[in-house]
Amino acid sequence: MHEGMLLPELDEESAPFFEYAAAGELRVQRCAACGTRRVPPRPMCHTCGSFEVEWERLSGRGSIWSFAVPHPPLLPAYAAVAPYNVVVVESEEDPAIRFVGNLVGSADGPLDEIDPSTIRIGEPVEVVFSSPVDDGGGPVVLPRWVRAS
Amino acid sequence: MRDRTAVVGIGTTEFAKELPSTERRLALEAIAAALDDAGIRPDEVDGMSCYSMESTEEIDIARNLGFGDVTYFGKVPYGGGAGCGVVGQAAMAVAAGQCSVAVAWRSRKRGARSSRPWAGVAQRVGGDQQRWTRPFGLLRPVDEIAVLTRRYMHTYGGTRDHLANVALAARRHANANPAATMGHKVLTRQEYLAARWISEPLCLFDNCLETDGACAVVITTTERARDLPQPPALIHSWAQSLPAQHQTMTNFFCDDPLRGPAWACAEKLWSLSEVGPADVDVAQLYDAFSPLVILSLEGYGFCERGEGGPFTDDGGIELGGRLPVNTSGGGMSEAYLHGFNLIVEAVRQVRGTSTNQVADAGFSLVTSGEGVPTGAILFRRDD
Repeated sequence: MHEGMLLPELDEESAPFFEYAAAGELRVQRCAACGTRRVPPRPMCHTCGSFEVEWERLSGRGSIWSFAVPHPPLLPAYAAVAPYNVVVVESEEDPAIRFVGNLVGSADGPLDEIDPSTIRIGEPVEVVFSSPVDDGGGPVVLPRWVRAS
Repeated sequence: MRDRTAVVGIGTTEFAKELPSTERRLALEAIAAALDDAGIRPDEVDGMSCYSMESTEEIDIARNLGFGDVTYFGKVPYGGGAGCGVVGQAAMAVAAGQCSVAVAWRSRKRGARSSRPWAGVAQRVGGDQQRWTRPFGLLRPVDEIAVLTRRYMHTYGGTRDHLANVALAARRHANANPAATMGHKVLTRQEYLAARWISEPLCLFDNCLETDGACAVVITTTERARDLPQPPALIHSWAQSLPAQHQTMTNFFCDDPLRGPAWACAEKLWSLSEVGPADVDVAQLYDAFSPLVILSLEGYGFCERGEGGPFTDDGGIELGGRLPVNTSGGGMSEAYLHGFNLIVEAVRQVRGTSTNQVADAGFSLVTSGEGVPTGAILFRRDD
């Protein structure tokens, strides 16, 4: 990650995800009443109507569901590393629980570290976490993905 | 409300990559042209309907054109998903007696790069559509659709040749339409395959145009329509859909992301119709990106899931093919006005005045954006 890249705005529902990420944990919202998982995090369970949530720790393992390879025109910080990959990862615990991220070679590697032509749908990946990134609005740790060892 | 309302007037401005007029001026010109086409005086208008992303204001439009007392006005959200709902809700207001003559419009300036919605994005991004995607470089609508397209190709064996079929059909239709901004340029399959990437697997020609211009339509009762100068385009049926657990554009977080809003919209549309997909003579399928046309062919029931690509082979969606699609050139080769020019073209087809006229077109379908909460209208010729 580097200067000029966008960071998520944290709010009541999203902040816990990034706090757990800073602790090196990939966690997902789960209804405390009926157990239904949901992403992105939000206030209410669509299955039972409960507002009570818990955050379940996932293994961090999954597989690539799909990916795009953006080329310019892009925001300058992203154009500088284009073409790069954006992957959607399906978690091993629940195929409908997916995360958008980047396949990299190392936790703080640049977005273009992996040759996009080598990426395949279905290949196994595991989560790693970036060093804290701060744009002046407070540090944020982002989950990233590396090829499963 | 089946067949009880009709589009009786259509109006467009010039389309171009850059026009000097303001969006307000363009909207006024298009609406004035539509009313003139309908043979209806501005002071008879008492209903107004537009996109929530429309930058022109109802009070400005009404005061400039000299509308009477407006008793219905409403907006529909979700950008390119809005168009058919904008017209459908106006028709519903007419059918319900909330107004008697409604106008619906879209005016847009997209030529300037600074006008694009993602151009001014802040360093910190919020909202469920952006917070979980933008930081990782999924920045533009084309990137979001590229993810779905690659998954589609993986699942169903779709190819770039199928996507090219969509772009080439639009261009060939535009080549016969003097109003189309790309009408003077021929596009070959070789040029398509050699074009630069925008977001793999989508190249330049998988994307719609960036256009300045405006379109408008006039809606009234079928009873009155029969006394007006133009052949009425009856609103046989229309529908909207925001399907269960749908997330606009980044629909990656549900059980079946490739089954987008088109399916639920189609289910409602056909349940309200006397006919089905096999009875449709011509279709304008929303085409911000070429894969959306393939998904819409499946969603509206013209073929099975996964068969949308092969449906486009051998001229399948060109004039004379299985189902002529986007006969004005559509968003990819005529103009991109959030799909409103598709609605105008769908009306022309039942009037018999398209520059790529389908012979004896009785039922003409138009859809709004797949991948976002959407809508569709089935027009019928008044036989």
